Amino acid sequence: MKKLFSRFYMGLIFLFLYAPIAVLIFFSFNQSKSRSVFTGFTLNWYREMLRDDMLMTSLKNTLIVAVLSSVIATLIGTLAAIGISRMKKRVRTVVMNVTYIPVINPDIVIGVSMMLLFVLGTRLLGLELGFWSILIAHITFSLPYVILNVLPKLRQMDHNLYEAALDLGCRRHQAIWKVVLPEILPGVVSGLFMAFTFSLDDFIVTYFTSGSSSFQTLPITIYSMTRKPVSPKINAMFTLLFLVVLLILIFVNLRDSRLEKREQERSSI
Amino acid sequence: MEHEIIRLEHIDVSYDGEKVLSDLNLSIRDREFVTLLGPSGCGKTTTLRCIGGFTRPETGKVWFDGQDITDLPPDKRQVNTVFQRYALFPHLNVFDNIAFGLKLKKLPKDEIRQRVLQMLELVNLKGFDRRRIEQLSGGQQQRVAIARALINRPRVLLLDEPLGALDLKLRKEMQTELKMIQKQMGITFVYVTHDQEEALTMSDTVVVMNDGEIQQIGTPEDIYNEPKNAFVADFIGDNNIFDGIMRRDFLVSFGGSDWDCVDRGFPADGPVDVVIRPEDVKVVPTQQGMVCGVVENTVFKGVHYEMTVEINGLHWVIQSTDCAPVGSTIGIQVDPNEIHIMEKLFSGDKNICYGTITDAHTVSFFGGEVSFTRPDIDLPKGSRVRLTISPHDIEIVSADKSHAVGFLESVVYKGAYNECILYAYAIDAPIMIYSQNDEQVATDIPFRFDFEKIEVVPCDGEGQS
Repeated sequence: MKKLFSRFYMGLIFLFLYAPIAVLIFFSFNQSKSRSVFTGFTLNWYREMLRDDMLMTSLKNTLIVAVLSSVIATLIGTLAAIGISRMKKRVRTVVMNVTYIPVINPDIVIGVSMMLLFVLGTRLLGLELGFWSILIAHITFSLPYVILNVLPKLRQMDHNLYEAALDLGCRRHQAIWKVVLPEILPGVVSGLFMAFTFSLDDFIVTYFTSGSSSFQTLPITIYSMTRKPVSPKINAMFTLLFLVVLLILIFVNLRDSRLEKREQERSSI
Repeated sequence: MEHEIIRLEHIDVSYDGEKVLSDLNLSIRDREFVTLLGPSGCGKTTTLRCIGGFTRPETGKVWFDGQDITDLPPDKRQVNTVFQRYALFPHLNVFDNIAFGLKLKKLPKDEIRQRVLQMLELVNLKGFDRRRIEQLSGGQQQRVAIARALINRPRVLLLDEPLGALDLKLRKEMQTELKMIQKQMGITFVYVTHDQEEALTMSDTVVVMNDGEIQQIGTPEDIYNEPKNAFVADFIGDNNIFDGIMRRDFLVSFGGSDWDCVDRGFPADGPVDVVIRPEDVKVVPTQQGMVCGVVENTVFKGVHYEMTVEINGLHWVIQSTDCAPVGSTIGIQVDPNEIHIMEKLFSGDKNICYGTITDAHTVSFFGGEVSFTRPDIDLPKGSRVRLTISPHDIEIVSADKSHAVGFLESVVYKGAYNECILYAYAIDAPIMIYSQNDEQVATDIPFRFDFEKIEVVPCDGEGQS
């Protein structure tokens, strides 16, 4: 009885979580434009989505920004984490608190403050808001997540490993590349994926930092489309997006559980 | 005798303002097996790190084969290290771990392969080259770490407590093996350990360290037979160490009686440390004994019995092949040759401090950090006083009840109490405390004074704090 109830409860939670997505996927295959009556199966909306230049361009823009910003943030963040881990305790605490600020700050505050900064900057340099400002903003808000993913791995690492590499003839940068990086790689990869997904679905910060330029990311385009009656091709787009995120998630989880298993093997000896 | 390969000159190192090594001087000869021996926190690992290039001394120089290498980074030194927890690279297998140094030197693949296999043979790990590091036992990891360091053909191998994580039987095996490898390779080993037995069995030269300073350098025989002070005597074996007074040349008084000895040159009636090894005490019938005592405890140790005997309030450790039952009275004899007299670690047998009268009946001392009021002190305000504090009248207490804090430099059991020497921060000088408890050296220890028993006399001008 108790077991039955707990199953039911769990089912209820999953229902609440996934019902909206299920409805969205379901109606992306609907023949009519209606959002309540299912009139028959079709892949029409997917075809139309692919034909829609504006949607495709903004999808491309989103991916460019997401890939570039996550890679750059991972690069800077990993180096920053290595630096932070070497700091003296007091300085490290201060730097870590500063690092946390963007994580706890509401997106709207980051977005507006970035906009103000960029407007000031572009005035002085005579540039316009657009791709560059969005990219910089995305790098900025992804950075803490990379640092927070890499730092624990550095803490776990035996510091003697780095010294052993030096001892065996590595220059400092070689030691980091050949010994430290392989050790912290799981953290670096998680950081990269996190940065990528955050960039992918960011709306608020992008909205404020894109200015009046024609460079639009997917969330912005969709938002502007919702002002008119929404075409079901957006459903199709969301379905694809959801699948991509799901795949990344499954990949990351599989990798984590594999690493955990290896770690257990290591400690059992 | 081989020529000198490493010389440390006036080395000073501190971490976060705490001095770890002070004015350390050490010379190591080529092909020598040198052991740095001392309790944890004595600076032996830091000394090793200075040679390896991982710690840069604040002052002083490191010489290698006549060259100044103080500023040379670790990768440029002809020295390799076996780290305490091995520090093997987990993402590489055994072969790649050992080949790491040679690959950096871009040697031809064939040569690398050949040398790695040769090394695996040397450390008895033939056929292990494809294993992952996590599949190896502690002892095997240890061997890989040694092979990884030795394959670079260093002139000097540094080993930081390499056997610390192994069980006793494996330790003994590895000790012999390491010694063999050192002979075979014909290179210098600098070995760090806190295990005195390990140091005595393996080394050509033992360097006993405490509190960032070298206490004694010598062959294992020297260190064992002629310890230079009570710290070395205590650290090297279960010696009896007592506080004594040198009456005159060849006569020392301790434990309530006078003893003939063979030492001279100490000031008459000056305090000294007396060291007697447990195996040098002869158990005899009471009427023949120089002194008599009651057996408190006996433990069978395989070759002999180890007894604790109380004689005039002092607890003696005595090793004998005959067992005397607990509670029985026995006599003991000690040959004058076996009574070793040493200068005390602490100058004098009382703590002397200087203070000021700050108020009526109130004395402030210890750099002004401690003050107390006692009605019998009746001196004009502002006058200087000298305080004499017996080591018995300072107590080690918990932090909330303490008057001051000191850094514990050494603890030596003196037959009835532990003689603790602390570096007191407030006066920038050592103080001595007799305690019944065992304390951890190289830690901060809070203590309090028994104000009632402090002797206060006026003085003029002498002393600054």
